[in-house]
Amino acid sequence: MSKRIDVKDLNVYYGNFLAVEDVSINIEAKSVTAFIGPSGCGKSTFLRTLNRMHEVLPGARVEGEVLLDGDNLYGPGVDPVTVRSQIGMVFQRPNPFPTMSIRDNVLAGVKLNNQKISKGEADALVERSLRGANLWNEVKDRLEKPGSGLSGGQQQRLCIARAIAVEPQVILMDEPCSALDPISTLAVEDLINELKDQYTVVIVTHNMQQAARVSDKTAFFNIAGTGKPGKLIEFAETSTIFNNPSQKATEDYVSGRFG
Amino acid sequence: MTTTSLTSSRGAGRAGDKVFSGAALAAGCLILAVLFGVALFLVIQAIPAFTAPAADIQGGEGFFAYIWPIVVGTLIAAIIALAIATPVSIGVALFISHFAPRGLASGLGYVIDLLAAIPSVIYGAWGAAFLAPQISPAYGWLAANMGWLPLFHGPASATGKTILTAGIVLSVMVIPIITSLSREIFLQTPKLHEEAALALGATRWEMIKMSVLPFARPGIISAVMLGLGRALGETMAVALVLSSGALTASLIQSGNQTIAAEIALNFPEASGLKVSTLIAAGLVLFVITLAVNMIARWIISRHKEFSGAN
Repeated sequence: MSKRIDVKDLNVYYGNFLAVEDVSINIEAKSVTAFIGPSGCGKSTFLRTLNRMHEVLPGARVEGEVLLDGDNLYGPGVDPVTVRSQIGMVFQRPNPFPTMSIRDNVLAGVKLNNQKISKGEADALVERSLRGANLWNEVKDRLEKPGSGLSGGQQQRLCIARAIAVEPQVILMDEPCSALDPISTLAVEDLINELKDQYTVVIVTHNMQQAARVSDKTAFFNIAGTGKPGKLIEFAETSTIFNNPSQKATEDYVSGRFG
Repeated sequence: MTTTSLTSSRGAGRAGDKVFSGAALAAGCLILAVLFGVALFLVIQAIPAFTAPAADIQGGEGFFAYIWPIVVGTLIAAIIALAIATPVSIGVALFISHFAPRGLASGLGYVIDLLAAIPSVIYGAWGAAFLAPQISPAYGWLAANMGWLPLFHGPASATGKTILTAGIVLSVMVIPIITSLSREIFLQTPKLHEEAALALGATRWEMIKMSVLPFARPGIISAVMLGLGRALGETMAVALVLSSGALTASLIQSGNQTIAAEIALNFPEASGLKVSTLIAAGLVLFVITLAVNMIARWIISRHKEFSGAN
């Protein structure tokens, strides 16, 4: 239930503006891969191309291939809706549906595409997903209350529960802890460690300690200057990136000399 | 080194605050005073109609017998108008906000806003001179094929000047109001919620069902209520389009009347008790509008917990 991602020579454009240039990267199944780099270097943009979410913005397009276990996400006839149901996403700010209860939030993705599900199955799925997101004990007595009434960290874990309820192959996380306090951050990081037993996890983070704590491999992105495209500078084992990087720019960044 | 005393305050900023809060308070009081004044005027002027002997009221059977057919007529016209306008408006608003290419969307939005600026007498003239004759064959068909329904009981009006035509004209007048308000609200749906739905594998329509419509629900209800206000109170268009008469269940015969049109048609020649009767009819319309708005507020507040405002 988890697949690898191989990206070949990917260029990402917004209209005529080249935002990310020539990225090739191989992301192993059942691993945590972190993307780090300064603001505006294209790491979030690149992450969003992995489940075709960047297409939501008008004028955005890509050149190149993204292979999910060998199947090109950008191949002819591939429906972005299908892609997104297999590659889930957790966003920077927690975004549970405010008009839905906690329970309905978890089931939101499952109820799409007219999938019928019995009440017993739904209950089991809600419990399994919330347990998977380490949230069950905190919300089991108020499943019918609105999701927007939870704390920020709980909301973010609710969003993770919602993402894993559809049993995706890959989970993408776009700075999932940047709006959370340290304790909630720790809860989400513990969760990421557990998730990699079942899922391929890709996480964008501004927090280098976080990348060091949670990821197996780390990719460092950088940008030459304003208006220039972002590039993948180095991709290696996390310990290598932080202790013995091969590129000068990586070393400068991880040692805090810029960025 | 300079120290700033806690007690010394910036005089100018404080004065601006006071002016602003005073102006806001005055505006709030003014609207209440105007509303209260209107209500007081209506009540005082209407009292003779309630206290007069039944035989003196138009129709000779008392105020209640006079008012209830036109209350029903008003509601029928308004319901027809909203039944047509609400789905069309929401559809158009969604098209503009989420489906149309950007260039077309702004052009279409502009045209819709223009529709709201056309005076109601023009709509009335259009309804009476163009729409009614065009639509009367359809009424004939309805009478022939669906006449077993009391709503479409024949014989159909040959001129087409019926309550259904009036309702259709009203709906055209209401559509711009509901559309432009709904569009603004749809556009304000947080991107975050739209992306949450899309990232779960929602199609565009599923995304709209999951995030846009629930978010916009209170706004849509408010927009429909504003439209209803216009439909209930619309005078000129109904007066021109409808060939009025006694209350009838059939929508395709001439007959029925609305309160606003009744007042407009009779007021110029009215005197004495007749004036009081018409003003009392106005009071009834005022109460209906108030009641409808309160119900709408209640519907919106019922779901407050899930509005996302917390």
